[in-house]
Amino acid sequence: MQLPASAKEIDTRTTGLRATRPAAASHARLWKLVGLILTLIVAYLLPLGLSNYQAFEFTQVFIYAIALLGLNILIGFNGQFSLGHGAFYALGAYTTAIMTTRWDIPYGWTIIVAGVLCLIAGFLFGLPALRFEGLYLALATFALALSTPQILKYFDNWTGGSQGIVLDKPSVPLGLPINADQYLYYLTLTVLLLLFLLAWNLLRGRVGRAMMAIRDNPIAAEAMGVNNALYKSLTFGVSAMYTGIAGSLGALAVAFVAPDTFNAFLSINFLVGSVVGGIASIIGALFGAAFIEFVPIYAQEISRAAPWAIFGVVLILFMYVMPTGVAGLLHRVLERLTRRPSKESSADNVVATSPAPADPGASSPARAASGKHE
Amino acid sequence: MVPLLEARNLEAYYGWSKVLHGLDLTVEKGKVTVVLGANGAGKTTLLRAISGLIRTTGEIRFDGVRIDGKAPEDIVRLGIAHVPEGRGTFPNLTVLENLRLGAYTRKDKQEVRRDLDRIYTYFPVLKQKSNSPAGLLSGGEQQMLAIARGLMLRPRLLMLDEPSLGLAPVVVADLFRIVRAINEDDGVTVLLVEQDAVGALEVSQYAYLLETGHIVSSGPADELRQNDSIRKSYLGY
Repeated sequence: MQLPASAKEIDTRTTGLRATRPAAASHARLWKLVGLILTLIVAYLLPLGLSNYQAFEFTQVFIYAIALLGLNILIGFNGQFSLGHGAFYALGAYTTAIMTTRWDIPYGWTIIVAGVLCLIAGFLFGLPALRFEGLYLALATFALALSTPQILKYFDNWTGGSQGIVLDKPSVPLGLPINADQYLYYLTLTVLLLLFLLAWNLLRGRVGRAMMAIRDNPIAAEAMGVNNALYKSLTFGVSAMYTGIAGSLGALAVAFVAPDTFNAFLSINFLVGSVVGGIASIIGALFGAAFIEFVPIYAQEISRAAPWAIFGVVLILFMYVMPTGVAGLLHRVLERLTRRPSKESSADNVVATSPAPADPGASSPARAASGKHE
Repeated sequence: MVPLLEARNLEAYYGWSKVLHGLDLTVEKGKVTVVLGANGAGKTTLLRAISGLIRTTGEIRFDGVRIDGKAPEDIVRLGIAHVPEGRGTFPNLTVLENLRLGAYTRKDKQEVRRDLDRIYTYFPVLKQKSNSPAGLLSGGEQQMLAIARGLMLRPRLLMLDEPSLGLAPVVVADLFRIVRAINEDDGVTVLLVEQDAVGALEVSQYAYLLETGHIVSSGPADELRQNDSIRKSYLGY
């Protein structure tokens, strides 16, 4: 394992320079670890105190979080835009719907197949996308989003056309003492954790550095020996894989797929969640997912007439208060908390608490901001 | 006279427009060679052509092997480090991450770690700031980082694109001293591209003069420094 070693290196290197710095750094790490463990305990106990509908809402948050993480990897860490990830979400969803209903294949396998299919589809889409930069790529992917419902309707002997496909809800295995909604909650939570771990592992090392190098300065990245074309296509594939797995889980959770639920609005909603959560952040995907799941629901409660106007106002407020997303704000709060004992100048503090290279999960404001411009 | 890099009749294009017109150029092993020229002369293009970043015709040989037409990543693997114009660091990555990217193509982790320590002795400030984003460094520090990152490849040829650009004269003098030390102590061959003729001619042994894509003059650096027309147009005295 490469990362812990490098993190240690940094600590020992800085020891001689400023006595307070390693203490602050290990403090921050401790805080993060405690926070993570507490969150996990809460996450696994939570469904016991929730209604079935609430459990479903959280399941949906986890599903969106996986989709958003895919988008974050693409936009935040690699600097490529997508306004069309709803298409990959749809591909994943229909893969599971068709495989489970037509061929009676156990749903667990279909999740994997959905991931692999989207990985390939994303990679193939990434190849021509290499010719587009920034806004042009955004438009090209938006075209994908616009055409998705029509394409689904066109292949109606596979997709069931406008009627969609009704799935069976996965039954609880092994006679576990939980109901179907709780089971879905645990299933998606577990997949989420696995995929977050995979992303963290991928982004913190050599691959992640190469991806971010392309985002920051493509020519220099190439001059370092990074194969830009391959990396950009692969990143597109991995990103699509995440979103496709989310789509597969989404089909299982809702137990129904229909073309018009995979419209362009879904893709835009993903982008909203991605930016609100913190675009160059792993953990930000969770906050963004909660935003796009709950804010429309509460907006509906506030005003039945114009829920999207409320949603818009809340969105603007979020962007105003947290220009680097929820993850960016959290990161700064954590900095503040762990830095208080030291009396360094503010310039030094920036240095002392800047994210360790080993920690792509912590989105620095600079990183989050850069993602938005590219 | 052992040539490490040779370009013969090198032409390079951006789209349809030709920027280099049949260049002949030799970089001797173990020496510092400088290419002087004004803005738009084609200096950056020359380095990009060698790195395989743009379309070229003609012949480029590195250590006797043809490298023209090869992919940039393959050329890097041969040991040619390119420190791009305007520093080209990755602003949102930390200093350490930037340096590790320099060793992106290397598999010998132990040696990479050793080289990192060695490079920190050339650039102590980078060690102090190893954990801060490169974007927060000063201009001089960023240039040092860019050069250090190039060295992390353990290159046989280090190509520097206008390291003096936008830096205070004191910092430039410092940089050139380090470049010389790298060349003398580690035996790294250097191809330097510069507008700052005074400083560049001092660190280098051989010089080329590039004007609008043509080499108009070349010779040992000492001789060029004595040359009247060069003194007038480039050295300003």
